[in-house]
Amino acid sequence: MKIGRMGDQVIAFVCLLSIWWVIATLISSPLLPAPADVFSALSQEWHEQRLLDSLMVTLRRVLISFVFAMALGGLLGVLMGRFRLVNRVLDPLLIILLNIPALVVIILLYIWFGLVEVAAVAAVIINKLPNVAVTLREGGRMFDHELEEMSIMYGFSFRQKLLHVWWPQLFPYIMIATRSGLALIWKIVLVVELLGRSDGVGFQLHLAFQLFDVATILAYSFAFILVVQLIEWFILQPLDRNASRWQKGGGHV
Amino acid sequence: MFEFIVEGLELSDHKILGALNIKLTPGETHCLLGPSGSGKTSLLNVMAGLQQENRVASENRYQNQWGQRKPDIGYLFQQPRLLPWRTVMQNLQLVEPDKEVVLRMLDEVRLQGYADYYPAKISLGMARRVALARCLLLKPELVLMDEPLTSLDLPTAREMRRLIKRLVCDHPTRSMIYVTHDLDEALELGDTVSVLGHTPAEVIYRSSTDNVSREELESLLKH
Repeated sequence: MKIGRMGDQVIAFVCLLSIWWVIATLISSPLLPAPADVFSALSQEWHEQRLLDSLMVTLRRVLISFVFAMALGGLLGVLMGRFRLVNRVLDPLLIILLNIPALVVIILLYIWFGLVEVAAVAAVIINKLPNVAVTLREGGRMFDHELEEMSIMYGFSFRQKLLHVWWPQLFPYIMIATRSGLALIWKIVLVVELLGRSDGVGFQLHLAFQLFDVATILAYSFAFILVVQLIEWFILQPLDRNASRWQKGGGHV
Repeated sequence: MFEFIVEGLELSDHKILGALNIKLTPGETHCLLGPSGSGKTSLLNVMAGLQQENRVASENRYQNQWGQRKPDIGYLFQQPRLLPWRTVMQNLQLVEPDKEVVLRMLDEVRLQGYADYYPAKISLGMARRVALARCLLLKPELVLMDEPLTSLDLPTAREMRRLIKRLVCDHPTRSMIYVTHDLDEALELGDTVSVLGHTPAEVIYRSSTDNVSREELESLLKH
């Protein structure tokens, strides 16, 4: 019997919930609350307005860090992919940035600049930027030389090259960097908030941790996973579909 | 009269082109023949200004240049080089924004009804015709063509050859340098013909197509 992709996902989700429920019932400990307890914590946080406020604060930090990391990392990556000299100069710095533990960057920035918003966001950007640069460097290296020659020969303006030649070639790499970027950034933002901010999901997790309140910890985690999944469904996937129309079947647009 | 003077070309320490001189009168179709790897495409790239100066060995900087004036050039590459993520119309509108003009040109190359197709959804022969349309939308004084009939089946190649003859060869002022290794093609389309030979490449024979036979060209290419 054919169930379809959505049906498969629902079945998998229900199975996972059932296993969790069985184990939680057997253990019967506040350290592993049942799904109903987590839902109850979620509902309470929602009604007391904390959940939405915290989500919005964290989401704002994620968005700002994401935009800066993508823009700066993307520009650096493409330049490194296109120009050997830039790559030679910046490659050692990139390797250092890739290998510094995220926690070290966060702590150092908090020590140097204090527990302020700028330090928090900068720490996230510095952690994500090298990953974007490495991905987009590959994109820059894979530029089609023949299309480049064609665009020169047919006198394309800089804008035409950017929109019609370079951007479509970079797009798959941008999407890879975006997906891995969102996943990484929101995790780092939580650490940043836990260590040095007084609001956001990370801060709420910190409070729940001090009370060993596992139900609230899981409630916030699931809420944020849901937000990221909604971004995937309603923003990233439609973008993907739109950009890959030319590869799909059928002769006509 | 267009004149192109090549002093030489060296890529990665390998000398590709020797001294060459190509002269063309307006409306003339000049066919360049030569065995594979003889430097025909490199010569076209140099003429089009696509061969980067920094790819020439530093101790051998050449003064490859057009004589008195560089003509407006349209280049039909061996592969169509269409943007795969843009439709036929969008590809052509990057060169000529006027939709009506583009539609008329599509009509000229017998592709009416294909404006909204993506390149991956049309055949190679059609894609070559789109590339020809793009080339002609530039209204070039000189067209460079690099084996545009390669990999086409016989009827498609015949159709493309007819189009090239009608839209380029029969044009009163449009000149063309047509690279091929097909002797019949060269004799049918060309007013004049040159044979490239030796390494680095030089012109070893030049003639009007009226004064040369297929056998002569064949024997020149064998040696």
